[in-house]
Amino acid sequence: MDMRTEYLGLQLAHPIIASASPITASVDDIRRLEDAGAAAIVMPSLFEEQLRQEAMAMDRLMAAGEESFAEATSYFPPVADSHGGLDRYLETLRQASEAADIPIIGSLNGISAEGWVGYATGVESAGASAIELNVYYIPADLAESGQDVEQRYIDVVRAVKSSVSVPLAVKVGPYFSAFGHMARELVLAGADGLVLFNRFYQPDYDIDKLEIARTLELSAAGEIRPGLLWIALLYGRLGASLAATTGVEDYRQVVKYLMAGADVVMTTSSLLRQGAGFIGQLRDGLSHWLLERDYGQVDDVRGCMSLDRVPDASAYERANYIRILEEFELAATG
Amino acid sequence: MSEPRSVTIEGNEAAAYIAYRCSEICAIYPITPSTPMGEMADQWANQKTPNVWGHVPVITQMQSEGGVAGAFHGAVQSGGLTTTFTASQGLLLMIPNMYKIAGELTAAVFHVAARSLAAQGLSIFGDHQDVMAVRGTGFAMLCSSSPQEAHDLALVVHAATLESRVPFLHFFDGFRTSHEINRVELIPDETIRDLMPDDLVIAHRHRGLSPERPVIRGTSQNPDVYFQARETVNPYHQSVPSVVQGIMDRLAGSTGRPYRLFEYYGDPEAERVIVLMGSGAETARETLDRLTSEGEKVGVLQVRLFRPFSAAHFIDALPKTAKAIAVLDRTKEPGSAGEPLYQDVVTCLAEARAEAGGEAQSDPPRVVGGRYGLSSKEFTPAMIRAVFEELDRPAPLNHFTVGINDDIGHTSLPFDPEYVIESDETYRAIFFGLGADGTVGANKNSIKIIGEEPGIHAQGYFVYDSKKSGSQTISHLRFGPRPIRSTYLIQAANFIGCHQFSFVQTTDVLRDAAPGAVFLLNSHYRPDEVWDRLPGTVQQRIIDLGIRFHVIDAYGVARAAGLGRRINTVMQVAFFALSGVLPRDKAISRIKSAIEKSYRRKGDAIVEQNFAAVDTALAGLQAVEVPRQASRDDALSSAVPEAAPAFVQEVTATMIAGRGDELPVSALPADGTWPSGTSNWERRDLSPEIPVWRPDLCIQCGNCALVCPHSVIRARFYHESRLDDAPEGFRSAPLHGRGFPEIRYTLQVAVGHCTGCTLCVDACPARSPDEPNIRAINMEDKAPLLELERNNLEFFRTLPEADRGRVDFSTVRGVQHLTPLFEFPGACSGCGETPYLKLMSQLFGDRAAIANATGCSSIYGGNLPTTPWAKNEEGRGPAWSNSLFEDNSEFGFGFRLTADTQRKQAETLLLRLVDQIGPELVEELLEAPQDEESEILLQRDRVAELRTRLEKLDSPDARHLESVAEQLVRRSIWIVGGDGWAYDIGYGGLDHVLSLGRNINILVLDTEVYSNTGGQVSKATPLAAVAKFAAGGKPTPKKDLAMQAIAYGNVYVARVAMGANPQQTLLAFREAERYPGPSLILAYSHCIAHGIDMRFGMRQQKLAVTSGHWPLMRYNPVLRNEGRNPFMLDSQRPRASLKDYAEREIRYRVLASTNPQNAERLMALAQEDIVVRWGVYEEMATRGDAAFHFAGAAKEARRDA
Repeated sequence: MDMRTEYLGLQLAHPIIASASPITASVDDIRRLEDAGAAAIVMPSLFEEQLRQEAMAMDRLMAAGEESFAEATSYFPPVADSHGGLDRYLETLRQASEAADIPIIGSLNGISAEGWVGYATGVESAGASAIELNVYYIPADLAESGQDVEQRYIDVVRAVKSSVSVPLAVKVGPYFSAFGHMARELVLAGADGLVLFNRFYQPDYDIDKLEIARTLELSAAGEIRPGLLWIALLYGRLGASLAATTGVEDYRQVVKYLMAGADVVMTTSSLLRQGAGFIGQLRDGLSHWLLERDYGQVDDVRGCMSLDRVPDASAYERANYIRILEEFELAATG
Repeated sequence: MSEPRSVTIEGNEAAAYIAYRCSEICAIYPITPSTPMGEMADQWANQKTPNVWGHVPVITQMQSEGGVAGAFHGAVQSGGLTTTFTASQGLLLMIPNMYKIAGELTAAVFHVAARSLAAQGLSIFGDHQDVMAVRGTGFAMLCSSSPQEAHDLALVVHAATLESRVPFLHFFDGFRTSHEINRVELIPDETIRDLMPDDLVIAHRHRGLSPERPVIRGTSQNPDVYFQARETVNPYHQSVPSVVQGIMDRLAGSTGRPYRLFEYYGDPEAERVIVLMGSGAETARETLDRLTSEGEKVGVLQVRLFRPFSAAHFIDALPKTAKAIAVLDRTKEPGSAGEPLYQDVVTCLAEARAEAGGEAQSDPPRVVGGRYGLSSKEFTPAMIRAVFEELDRPAPLNHFTVGINDDIGHTSLPFDPEYVIESDETYRAIFFGLGADGTVGANKNSIKIIGEEPGIHAQGYFVYDSKKSGSQTISHLRFGPRPIRSTYLIQAANFIGCHQFSFVQTTDVLRDAAPGAVFLLNSHYRPDEVWDRLPGTVQQRIIDLGIRFHVIDAYGVARAAGLGRRINTVMQVAFFALSGVLPRDKAISRIKSAIEKSYRRKGDAIVEQNFAAVDTALAGLQAVEVPRQASRDDALSSAVPEAAPAFVQEVTATMIAGRGDELPVSALPADGTWPSGTSNWERRDLSPEIPVWRPDLCIQCGNCALVCPHSVIRARFYHESRLDDAPEGFRSAPLHGRGFPEIRYTLQVAVGHCTGCTLCVDACPARSPDEPNIRAINMEDKAPLLELERNNLEFFRTLPEADRGRVDFSTVRGVQHLTPLFEFPGACSGCGETPYLKLMSQLFGDRAAIANATGCSSIYGGNLPTTPWAKNEEGRGPAWSNSLFEDNSEFGFGFRLTADTQRKQAETLLLRLVDQIGPELVEELLEAPQDEESEILLQRDRVAELRTRLEKLDSPDARHLESVAEQLVRRSIWIVGGDGWAYDIGYGGLDHVLSLGRNINILVLDTEVYSNTGGQVSKATPLAAVAKFAAGGKPTPKKDLAMQAIAYGNVYVARVAMGANPQQTLLAFREAERYPGPSLILAYSHCIAHGIDMRFGMRQQKLAVTSGHWPLMRYNPVLRNEGRNPFMLDSQRPRASLKDYAEREIRYRVLASTNPQNAERLMALAQEDIVVRWGVYEEMATRGDAAFHFAGAAKEARRDA
């Protein structure tokens, strides 16, 4: 079965990629995933704020109490060859790029245009085949308009694109008034591909402690719908690669995403649940399914359910929503 | 040969630079002020910097200086080129080995930052008492007077020891030289190699013990040969002066810096000469220049080679015209005929005269001796002039002192403090900073920046105060076109920077301002409003001296730049902008490149923030228009309130105000005995935020009061009628608990002493039902609450202390009502040690005697001017003393011996006097139980009754019994110290005292590192943690001291962590104290040296326990004697991984940055270690009582018998 795929101009053996998560963090993990059959690997996101905070905290805590008492003008041995979080990340990336035969994609998560560029060039020079920008921003400021937010995204993409030469993917959430327009703007700003969709980690409450519970729930198959919708709508209309992420539990979701028009499908939750080896099962599952249905290559199925291709395109628009509701009501009352 | 390189460094670094390059082995132990030398050597070794032979020296920290001396002796005896760095008590611990090393003619070098010895009190500061105590060991002694000399002469000694085979002690003045930053021209490695010939190195190696050439050393010698053998070394010692001078000459050939064994400076035909050694010689030379230019026929003779004292060289260097000589010793030898240098001079002049016979000078010079500069006491040009003036008198005072006012012995020479000879070509700046605000760091940075400029010399010296929280730092910086030799604090400053506004109200910051000086004040008041905020005396001084006054809102600028409260960069920029020491643009660009250099590795973000601060600082700097007249007429606020006792008013307050130098000898206690509880009188203003109590939310659990490291949170209960006199705004709530409807409860904060650590807030379990962020105690801005809370506190103090007989000692809730007899220590904000001491003082303080090992707890516990150990309303409280670092268990054990002996005497005398006293009282006194507090109170009553009855008896027995009757109340002996003491230097004593079975309580405040000297590794440091001397992470596990003590079987042992389980801590303290044998409590103490956010120190304690790093346990031999399992595991199986705990501490995290692979490996080992240890503990804790039945049965049998 020919499952060769092109993503961001990178040639992949098949369309299944291990997305950014703790299990892509070390060289050993990356090797394990490669052995298990991943077509490419996105390293965990380098968090701009985290790096900034880590540097500040390290400085503050190491310097606490310094130069204020005659007997102890410092409390730690001098750190000669300190590697901040960035250095550690880049070192892993460098080693992984050398060790692995598959593309390694560096990932950056941040909110400001300034912070990105330095990190992005570092990631590029450490050997990343591409960079994924994970723009994660909650516009909590009530004075900030949707336009402001969109501009922020666009500025970030422009700034990074102008500073690196490797391909650039942008991972975003679906919460835009007009996501299609936004997607186009991102591509115009320089994105070589879009990764749909980022899952925002929304808070939960611990009602006994009156605290915000920072728990992370793994994604479930039911969550693929927004991605399916928008990939199907954007397929063939952007001139950029499309990657699907979120909600992959088994090969069937992979198939669905491909049918919508995704170039590649990314997964984290299934690997966290089932282990690195599961990526091979996804690949094999896809391969069997294609074989069973006599598809010759993965491209044959790609985009077959996209807006352009389905006979009833209105299903992607409002009518679809109404129909689903009606069906739901019937089922409930019937 | 490479170009000589100039650097601006401390004296310690200057000496260590050479020592490191000339050594193969370095054994060290941290001791102030020599610690940085060892630390730098360790740092260079970690960086793989080679010595001059291309090898990286081995640096080893030992368990004590005694251990260092042993390792050192072994290393040199087996042919290693070995050095060490030490001072003071450390040097004393090396004495036995020093005799051996010298007796065996072993090439060896000690570098000593000379320091005072602990006598009537400890002092970390500089004088020559320590080195003088070893002058008889046979070591040659060479003294340096400046960082450059420390550098050059360090090489001289390393070379001379190889050539002469006599070991050398190279010393320089602690702090004044060791910590002074000055320009040093580094000696190139080629020169070092030239002076350390290979054949001598190899000869030293060949003298080393080797089975290839077996010999025996360390024999026992008898009367037949010992004496003669002792004399064999004479030729070697006799050769030393010429060897040293020869090397000095060769060094001069390479560097152009000539040195003499005795360096004379001044008029070649001087009539009056001062002889001295060390940093004072620099100031003496500076003063000489002034005096000789005024036509005075004076000179100064600087002694460099003190041992062997070469009479010939000395006589040769001394002008023949000298009529009067003052020999100044920076030491004191009570009872001697004179201090050592004086005696040497007198002796060699007398010998020379005797040898000259008839050719001797007809009128020999008059020689007098004097003492100066003990414990870094200032030694100024005025004092030097005073000595010369004294020499001019017909009968100059002998055995004088200079620099103090000795109004008892009348030894002191008067001097004129107005005699100031600061040079106009030197720019002088003084900066007042807060410990935490980065002032000293910024000034060190400025010195480096300026010092790198060709043609500018820079000097920096830093004065720190005695507190670890809210401490004041004073930086003294001089810049000038010539080498700066003023080894005294700045006396007329061109620039005064005051980095904290509050200092201007309490400290005389303009005292040393020169006319026309610039005054830069960090002020949140605008230029047009700041004037009226200054005390009248400060305003008047600004007007009188024509001071140019500028302000900058440094906190505002720093905050805007994202730097929080770090104002160092802002103030540094303002200094450069105002001082003009460098052209402004050049200065700014240098500051920026320095920022880049220091912070780049910490992250771009920090660099950018500092850059932003540089740019905005310039804009924020504003001149203040100084009015012609002062608008106020008040003085600086007084250091203590009027209600303070006379001694505190007269002595303590003067010290607090920074004028302790003015106190005469008569003002001070003769025997080192000071009043208790003086911290209470000190007016402090430490934190802009204070905890505020919410009575409506409070559940009165006592947690906040328990964890407060500074004893500022107090709880009292009282009858509601007392509230009639309460000031408005005084908070109270009904006391929780049934049956007390008329009793109110108040939690009060001593606002001035609060450091704002917020541990109380974090410990509070009560939260507002509608506002989850609000607890029953919350931090709020102090300013608007200050007056209210001061009034509240004043009223609170009038409320009655709790009746100890009615307080429930078994719960944290109860203990909060016991008055702490340890209050307001100057410990770090949020200290993890002090809550334990406070608890101990609450429970047992009124009958406790405390032996405290040197370390953090002896510093915040006993560093003057004010001390925290206090008294209760009855005048009882802990009797506290610090002996040494190494001997504390034994010291406290001595307390026990006396207590037991006196108790025994009291018992004997009671029986002897039973008829006169009354049999009933005697029986009760002897037999009554004293376990519970109520029982102790009853016993106190009995003792009072006994005293009443004894008063009526007229017999020696009655008087003796009176003098020992207090011992009839059970005395609580506490032996307190840190892990450096308990695990390392004091371990032998601790172990021995545990083995002796007597009733002592040892409390180890385990911070897992040497905290007081700045974070060196101890045997308590856990595996994988980074510490100084374990920069790559400690590769071996923490010593399990609990298990070692348990091995005795009869020692009560507890491991506690207040933040994890306060109730278990309380239980352990009470069990330990009640146990009639030896007890050991290991108390987990979070510490600034862990690199944690101190606000969450108690949480971190909890994580230490839940991760299994610090399992809570108790071992109670009482249970064993009852046939039950004495080992109790008080914490649950680890519920978190070590990583969960470690990732919150820089001491672990830093390794993940520097060496991720090693960090991962060590963390895995550490986790493994936890699992294994937990297994052992669990096994011990779950052993059935059957295993202990035999012990119980045996005891029963014994009892029956």
